[in-house]
Amino acid sequence: MSDNILRARGLKKHFTTGGVVMGTAGVIRAVDDVSFDVRRGETFAIVGESGCGKSTLARLLMRLLSPTEGDVIFDGIDVRNLKGRDLTALRRDMQFIFQDPFSSLNPRMSVGKLIGEPLETHFPDMSGAERRAKVSELLDKVGLRPEHAERYPHEFSGGQRQRIGIARALASAPKLMIGDEPVSALDVSVQAQVINLLGDLRDELGLTLVIIAHDLAVIRHMSDRVAVMYLGQIVEQGTVDTVFQHPRHPYTRALLSAIPVAAYGQRLSQTALHGEMPSPANPPSGCRFHTRCPYAQDRCTSQAPTLRPTGNGEDHVAACHFFADIAAAEPDPGRVGTPPRAAGASARFALYQDAMQERANVRSGQDQKQQAEPKPFHQQESST
Amino acid sequence: MSLVNTEAQPDLLVVQDFSLRFRGAPSDQINRVSFSVGSGKTLCIVGESGCGKSVTSLAMMGLLPAGAAQINSGKMLFEGQAMNLADPKAMRKIRGSRMTMIFQEPMSSLNPVFRIGDQIVEAVKAHSDATDAQARDRAVAMLQRVGIPAPAKRMRDYPHQLSGGMRQRVMIAMALVNDPALLIADEPTTALDVTIQAQILELIRDLQAETGMGTIMITHDLGVVAEIADTVAVMYAGTVVETGPAERIFNDPQHPYTIGLMSSIPQLTGARGRLSTVPGMVPTARNMPAGCRFSTRCPFARPVCTTEPPLVEIGDGHQAACHFAPLEIKLKESA
Ligand SMILES: Nc1ncnc2c1ncn2[C@@H]1O[C@H](COP(=O)(O)OP(=O)(O)OP(=O)(O)O)[C@@H](O)[C@H]1O
Ligand SMILES: Nc1ncnc2c1ncn2[C@@H]1O[C@H](COP(=O)(O)OP(=O)(O)OP(=O)(O)O)[C@@H](O)[C@H]1O
Ligand code: SF4
Ligand code: SF4
Ligand SMILES: [Mg+2]
Ligand SMILES: [Mg+2]
Repeated sequence: MSDNILRARGLKKHFTTGGVVMGTAGVIRAVDDVSFDVRRGETFAIVGESGCGKSTLARLLMRLLSPTEGDVIFDGIDVRNLKGRDLTALRRDMQFIFQDPFSSLNPRMSVGKLIGEPLETHFPDMSGAERRAKVSELLDKVGLRPEHAERYPHEFSGGQRQRIGIARALASAPKLMIGDEPVSALDVSVQAQVINLLGDLRDELGLTLVIIAHDLAVIRHMSDRVAVMYLGQIVEQGTVDTVFQHPRHPYTRALLSAIPVAAYGQRLSQTALHGEMPSPANPPSGCRFHTRCPYAQDRCTSQAPTLRPTGNGEDHVAACHFFADIAAAEPDPGRVGTPPRAAGASARFALYQDAMQERANVRSGQDQKQQAEPKPFHQQESST
Repeated sequence: MSLVNTEAQPDLLVVQDFSLRFRGAPSDQINRVSFSVGSGKTLCIVGESGCGKSVTSLAMMGLLPAGAAQINSGKMLFEGQAMNLADPKAMRKIRGSRMTMIFQEPMSSLNPVFRIGDQIVEAVKAHSDATDAQARDRAVAMLQRVGIPAPAKRMRDYPHQLSGGMRQRVMIAMALVNDPALLIADEPTTALDVTIQAQILELIRDLQAETGMGTIMITHDLGVVAEIADTVAVMYAGTVVETGPAERIFNDPQHPYTIGLMSSIPQLTGARGRLSTVPGMVPTARNMPAGCRFSTRCPFARPVCTTEPPLVEIGDGHQAACHFAPLEIKLKESA
């Protein structure tokens, strides 16, 4: 079996818009020739400007949309013409986590029903009792409690609803999960809980994750490799460490230099990128980034660059004619790092960590004695 | 950072002692919330999902659904004018002109059946004597400023013809077109990628410098907070647990919830281990603990925490509502 669980080859999705009658028909090249491999067990991230085609790509991978051209190969099988039972099997093996924990769960279904439903679909032979046991197990896996099965989505906070969504996705025992902005609607403390959970599940169950996100710190934290998209195409790809430390495509450079850092006194001095993303209905000639690229030269307007190795090791590739010259002339933009924490903040974080550790120790001692007691503190997570 | 208001000026807006209870709830969801913003300044409100940020800002706009919520107390002083938060009539006059809001859900606040240009023109004309042509000019100019290309053409588009990010910018243009004295922005950049986000933050800063506009920014992105906040209010379960100058909140956080929140942020450099979290979940109105509302999750909680901690001044306008603030000193004393 190949080491790549998912392969995209020359994927294109062109939407036709407007009316032929009105003479306004146009073709939107939402995804325009995208190829990549996702390795078994890794977390693969996709970033890019709003409207560059990330969600469309995710839906192509899931075969929720069929491509205009190109192939998706999942676990060695071309998914293009899957029908009937084979398509059901694909739906079981590949699951989707939605962005919005508020609207993606049917408010009239109890949590037990929500998680039981995919079990019924994919494991019709399961008895009712087996199914209830499985629902409890899944709730436990995502840090919720069995009695939560009786409740309804509106009784849960955003982070918990996202956990319910993840439990639902896990129900079919998938090999791969695709998350389209799975944590961006959550505040940072809840976001941290969900990121930790996804990491644990990946390690525990050998899952492969494909994550789409705007937040680059989240991507760096969760992922092994990252693909940067611009206007329907991948413009750079590599390990997260390489791309963050040695970005080569000018768009990636702009993206990284625009990240606001959560430390006082770190205001960005200027806007990293000017102008609007061109319309995918009418992409610029040559390099699609040339209308906004500060390094563009004549050649960029006529000749489209292709992805080629940067020489930074481990299949780091970028699509820019001049990345070598730019890298030679300009230092890597990677922020030299978050500035050291202020003394007060560091002291407070250390105090907090110690106190959490202490609580966790006390609790695990108590847990052994009184398993059945409700847990007033620290219900869901290990503390670090 | 702004050019206006370098001297201490009287606050543009003061909200005092705002309390609210939803119908049928056994406790007040919003409990005695107070904050203020000066002209040309930015207050950022942060806090756990569901802590009452949007509800508070809707109350200030007089836009809470009638009958759903009972406002038990709360005064608002805006541009020198006193208002009672329980009486939304007073807010109707300022809403949309002197005080405007960018709503958290852009889709629900643009009307899908009208062209975006007409919607902005309508917003201008509702609050001024501008002629059609003048209103149209102002709309086009503002669309230009929020970075919509070919704005005169785009005026004819319907909302569904724009990408999510563009729709968000139309909303922002609509909120800014009447030169408000106060802008309330509820998660205005969450749907935008970082480069567009940077453009929008720059625009808000420019307008603050030009017109002295004050801003209340609600966001869960602490990077954005560090970028634009003059002052910060941290909310937890309907209460303000810590507030003060941005520098103090980032460099000297004192409330345990603020500390937990700040230490959960994934970093852009360094090791990528497990993230620190605030374990557990926020209490609902039904199981709200007595005393400190954070006590069910606070690693420092002690018996005294069953009494309500008041917001106490720690210095320089920095206040925290914790029995043990400042933390190192008080913890040592109690040990
Ligand atoms: N069904 C559709 N019909 C026509 N155009 C579409 C359709 N779906 C997407 N598009 C267009 O395709 C392009 C890519 O959209 P997509 O939703 O994939 O972007 P995205 O990268 O996910 O953006 P965001 O970060 O804002 O979610 C956009 O220009 C969008 O307007
Ligand atoms: N009409 C309503 N009836 C009952 N409860 C409500 C109503 N509207 C809001 N709430 C509750 O009030 C609390 C505060 O909600 P609010 O929308 O202000 O949270 P928020 O801080 O803006 O959260 P987020 O960061 O997720 O946007 C929540 O617990 C919410 O469930
Ligand atoms: S090919 Fe030219 S326009 Fe494109 S990114 Fe490189 S320098 Fe810029
Ligand atoms: S008052 Fe007590 S429970 Fe509340 S934050 Fe302070 S130490 Fe924690
Ligand atoms: Mg998308
Ligand atoms: Mg809100």
